Amino acid sequence: MEDLQLMVSGLANGCVYGLVALGFVLIYKATEQVNFAQGDMMMLGAFVAIGLGNESHAGLPFWLACAGAVFAMGAVGMAMERTLLRPLFGQSQIAVVILTIAFGFVLRFAAGAIWGHDPLVMDNPVAGAHVAFGQVVLGADEIAVIAVTVLLTGLLFLFFSRTKLGIAMQAASQNQLAAYYMGIPVKRIHGITWMLAGVTAAVAGILFAAKGSVDPSAGFLGIKAFAAAVIGGFGSLPGALLGGLIIGLVEPFAARYVAAGYAQIAPYAVLILVLIFRPHGLVAQVRGKKL
Amino acid sequence: MRVPFKTSHRHDIRLFADRYQALRYAALLTLAIALPFLLDDFMIGEVTGVLIWAIGGMGLMILTGHAGQISLGHAAFLAVGCYANVILMDRFGLPFPVSFTLAGIVAGLAGVLVAVPVFRLHGIYLAIATLALTMLVEDIIVLTEPWTGGVVGLTAPTITIAGMDVDRFSSPDRFYWLCLSITLLVTLAYCNILRAPLGRAFLAIRDSEASAQAMGVHVARTKAAAFGLSCLVTGWAGALLGHYFYTFNHEVFTVVVSIQLLLMIVIGGIGSIHGAFYGAFVVGVIPQAINISRDWVTAVLGTSGVAVPGLETGVFGLILVLFILFEPYGVHGRITKWKTYFELFPFYRRDLFRRQKSYLKTERIR
Amino acid sequence: MSLLEVSDVTVRFGGITALADVTCSVESGEIFAIVGPNGAGKSTLFNLISRFCEPDSGDVRLNGRSLLDRAAADMAALGVARTFQNIDLFETSTVLQNLLIGRHARRQASFASQIVFSPAVRREEIAHREAAERIIDFLDLHAHREQRIAGLPYGTRKVVEVGRALAMEPRLVLLDEPASGLSPEEARDMRFWISDIRTELGITIVMVEHDMGLVSAVSDRVLVLAEGRVVALGTPAEVQSDPGVVQAFLGVGAEPEA
Repeated sequence: MEDLQLMVSGLANGCVYGLVALGFVLIYKATEQVNFAQGDMMMLGAFVAIGLGNESHAGLPFWLACAGAVFAMGAVGMAMERTLLRPLFGQSQIAVVILTIAFGFVLRFAAGAIWGHDPLVMDNPVAGAHVAFGQVVLGADEIAVIAVTVLLTGLLFLFFSRTKLGIAMQAASQNQLAAYYMGIPVKRIHGITWMLAGVTAAVAGILFAAKGSVDPSAGFLGIKAFAAAVIGGFGSLPGALLGGLIIGLVEPFAARYVAAGYAQIAPYAVLILVLIFRPHGLVAQVRGKKL
Repeated sequence: MRVPFKTSHRHDIRLFADRYQALRYAALLTLAIALPFLLDDFMIGEVTGVLIWAIGGMGLMILTGHAGQISLGHAAFLAVGCYANVILMDRFGLPFPVSFTLAGIVAGLAGVLVAVPVFRLHGIYLAIATLALTMLVEDIIVLTEPWTGGVVGLTAPTITIAGMDVDRFSSPDRFYWLCLSITLLVTLAYCNILRAPLGRAFLAIRDSEASAQAMGVHVARTKAAAFGLSCLVTGWAGALLGHYFYTFNHEVFTVVVSIQLLLMIVIGGIGSIHGAFYGAFVVGVIPQAINISRDWVTAVLGTSGVAVPGLETGVFGLILVLFILFEPYGVHGRITKWKTYFELFPFYRRDLFRRQKSYLKTERIR
Repeated sequence: MSLLEVSDVTVRFGGITALADVTCSVESGEIFAIVGPNGAGKSTLFNLISRFCEPDSGDVRLNGRSLLDRAAADMAALGVARTFQNIDLFETSTVLQNLLIGRHARRQASFASQIVFSPAVRREEIAHREAAERIIDFLDLHAHREQRIAGLPYGTRKVVEVGRALAMEPRLVLLDEPASGLSPEEARDMRFWISDIRTELGITIVMVEHDMGLVSAVSDRVLVLAEGRVVALGTPAEVQSDPGVVQAFLGVGAEPEA
């Protein structure tokens, strides 16, 4: 029974990792850039939701606060693309990596200056509620997290595989010049992608803040989410979720069954194993570069 | 602009382009050696810190700036060098010159060990693998408590060289000269590598792995060499850092340090030895500048001590964002442009250094 | 014995057969051209010879010795140099540095001696520069010696890439579309250089080229590929009058696709 509870809480954690990983993958899939600030965007989304929804702050109704956070982060994502990424259009991936790392620092500082450095929990309708299946008692928040994640991943997957815009986004990443020639508005597509990444970050942030507490350094969770994205294979949406779930599951079980101190290592150990034996992830997308 | 007129192949491989440049560097070296007579102990300590970070920066610059392999995990090798040096001195009673050399070699070997499984990775995958590495190091330090002192950490013993005590607190001048001489050695070796086949092989794998292979450059071996050299130098910086901090534990070598090291060389100017020094200087100056401006704000506004946690990294991040957007080649790139401006005046054109944009093609081939 | 022998080579990518049972051989001192429509497998054959791709079956031999257990990076030391279809130079380096990287397989200095830059390394570096200088003389690149590749015009880059291959002092050089994208004047220069490479430097040349004028002017034998198969092999004149070749290029008389 204990294992089952561990599994559900692990899955719920894994969903948050998976959602942040989804943000990376979204951007990578459509722009071939890597957003190292995705974890910090999640942190910011959580704080915006808390700032709007909590009694101690603006005190708006829960759903309104969520909508507000999603909207605000979409705007932040788009603004980031506009002001930071677009000037770097056509420059190396490494420049984008370093830029987003640095911008993550700035976001962390801004969040700390606005909301302080104490951990905050988001008020939410399912806080403290439990659902009992026979002997197994599960947190309602954990079930909600899993449900929302599955839904969002499904929607994004359909978006990329079925809609014209989604397919255009993939084309734009694979050959920018050719995409231009085909009349795909590459720059606008990049803007939309970053907006989507912001929205995903907001959802992840809300889930994270509802089931635990958030402080400005929560963005470091992004590193685990990165591991998740790589384990899944960097270009695959279901892969990102899978990777997130694997990391989410590895953590509690390692903490339970492996000697203390070794548990924190487990997610990274899994990552390094995957990188050594399946360097391009479980759902591989990368082949050799064409000559 | 003064163009050195080359009349022999020797001109190509000389360290200095001409006599004027040699003189400038000689003057700089003289100033550096005389510095302890000009500055007080506190400032010497700060300058020593800059030198140590410059060594670490050069370590990462070889790998990232010249061989084109990004690493977000170099704090790990700082840690290896730092702990190895102190453990060798304390447990095995080795004199500093020996333990220091070995510490670098241990860090270098650790680097090669890391390079072997990850050499197939490039770009972001390498970044993430090295990031995972740096996350592991903190935990590993705690787990290997019998050697590393765990969360309590270790204390660096006093260095004795030729019967003289070299200590950061009681003899800061000697510690400064020690760091300066190591900086010089590393810089000289770095220059040598860049004008030798190995340095060209690094450039080759940075610009095009396929072409490098066609030229007979073994990509895996060259990457391993780059990792090895880079981590050796970084390990030395770590060893000096241990003596600089005096006491240290796992919290000194966090992922933030890894990232800071990378950001440092980007601010300084990626792909140039100068860049490592400029970057170290900027990183050394920022906290001081923040302190001074904080005092100034306090004095002007009359508020008492505005203390904002995380301000340093925030400002650091902002500066970096601005650099990437407006001066991707960092301080070194900016200075080069100014120099060219004055040398060419009034014929400088803004587009002189403009680079062609490249349209990106995917690395994912289905 | 031929310098280069390709025997019964088949290469598949997924479901596509890029090369099917291709056999050919290149004699020492020859200029050997490979032509064919797009997607015929020309570049695959090149990548195969320079060890950038693996055959599913068949063998490639240099001087009678199989190359299949060699890595791409070993080819330089074996005396095989190549250029790339879309020019793959080291963009941030100067022309001289690019030529010097071409000398990489000829280096002798040990790791440690490079770090201290011993007198031996110094002598070797000067020797490498003298060799690079001969290439600069040969291809008339003096004006660009110290310039970075990133600022050079296309035609010059093309010449530099040939120069970089020659700096390797190879026995066999593989030129992938040496004249594509060049102006008529540049293409004419390239034609003279290609024949000079053989006559003055004694290097065997295998080239992929679309410009039939260039091919018939310089090459001794031409291999025509279409859809991964050998259509014809012979002197330029023989090949041009071969009915199969006309069909492969123009589709005249070809069966309509189902």
